[in-house]
Amino acid sequence: MEAYASLFVKAAFVENLALAFFLGMCTFLAVSKRVETAVGLGVAVVVIQVITVPVNHLIFKYLLSDGALAWAGLPDVDLSFLGLVSYIGVIAALVQILEMTLDRFFPKLYNALGIFLPLITVNCAILGGTLFMVERQYNLPESVVYGIGSGAGWAIALIALAGIREKLKYSDVPNGLQGLGIAFIIVGLMSLSFMGFSGI
Amino acid sequence: MSEARKVLIDPLVDNNPVTLQMLGICSALAVTTSLLPALLMCVALTSVAALAGAAISALRHRIPNNIRIIVHMTIIASLVILVDQLLKAYAFETSKQLSVFVGLIITNCIVLGRAEAFAMKNGVVMSFVDGLGNGLGYSIILISVATLRELFGAGSLLGYPVFELTSNGGWYVANGLMLLPPSAFFIIGLLIWGIRTWRKQQVEKPDYQIHEVHRTEVY
Repeated sequence: MEAYASLFVKAAFVENLALAFFLGMCTFLAVSKRVETAVGLGVAVVVIQVITVPVNHLIFKYLLSDGALAWAGLPDVDLSFLGLVSYIGVIAALVQILEMTLDRFFPKLYNALGIFLPLITVNCAILGGTLFMVERQYNLPESVVYGIGSGAGWAIALIALAGIREKLKYSDVPNGLQGLGIAFIIVGLMSLSFMGFSGI
Repeated sequence: MSEARKVLIDPLVDNNPVTLQMLGICSALAVTTSLLPALLMCVALTSVAALAGAAISALRHRIPNNIRIIVHMTIIASLVILVDQLLKAYAFETSKQLSVFVGLIITNCIVLGRAEAFAMKNGVVMSFVDGLGNGLGYSIILISVATLRELFGAGSLLGYPVFELTSNGGWYVANGLMLLPPSAFFIIGLLIWGIRTWRKQQVEKPDYQIHEVHRTEVY
């Protein structure tokens, strides 16, 4: 149990996908202007991440990795080079399913998320989570925990940045730094403070 | 010809994908701790962007509109697999260093963004040139950030020592912060500041105008 707790903390804070690995930066900077939308997107990312990482883990383990097709009588087949296409396919399909489910059962949330839902497909934090899972050879329970942790960490960073940027609207920023420039500097400072977690 | 030149040159500074369009930032930060992986990443991304532009443009009349994102993803993913396998074959050490970031070219918004915005509307050759131009614009940023970070973080370039480090009896004390993630954000932020001071038209409008109160005004 303790191992899972430490994996969660590590995934959420120490190895924060946004601030330590720079994943999902485009969405991170584009959607962090208002706290409300940031919360919506953060929740959506956590949900998708929790589903995709374990599903991709199963696909990798039972279909793609070296010798994984032994159960089908093909022990010499190594399909790991097909990994990228399959992962992105799974992610795109899951996002589509989530979109339809939300539209049918939770129209209010669906409307609130709007355009951000389909954009999650191209959020590199999602694909990055899967690729890290494969690279670090997590097992199934570990990949569930990693999915929750990394998604939550990304969401926390996004919401925190949105909070700061909402306040920042009222401050006097040099002309050339206005907008994107100052956002980068703030993310840098946030990443500096998140590095303080690395001792945990 | 001049139009092709404009499409190629425009994304270098005036319409740079990283600093102005806010695309492809993830990998621009992650692989820049030293110059060699950054160079490799530039080559990989530029070739994928150019080839994906050409391929998607060639298929643009046959791609059904409502599933176009998935079709784009499949084309881009196939190209990335190709690049990934090539890197593993010819530059294994550096490809290990790049770890997941080669795979992440699939979700790099430059490739997909240009496919959406340009390749779906223009011819094959122009889309190829556009991909090339945007890849080069990305490369300029990546290479300048990587040069700064490796030079000041490790005192070397491409692994060759430039500044003699104190640990080897030289004079330069390596700045460890340069090798850590936050410095990448700072450098790009300052780079944007520099570019926008030079090219004034890129400056974003503030959301609120700060009203300066003069002493002559009556409260």
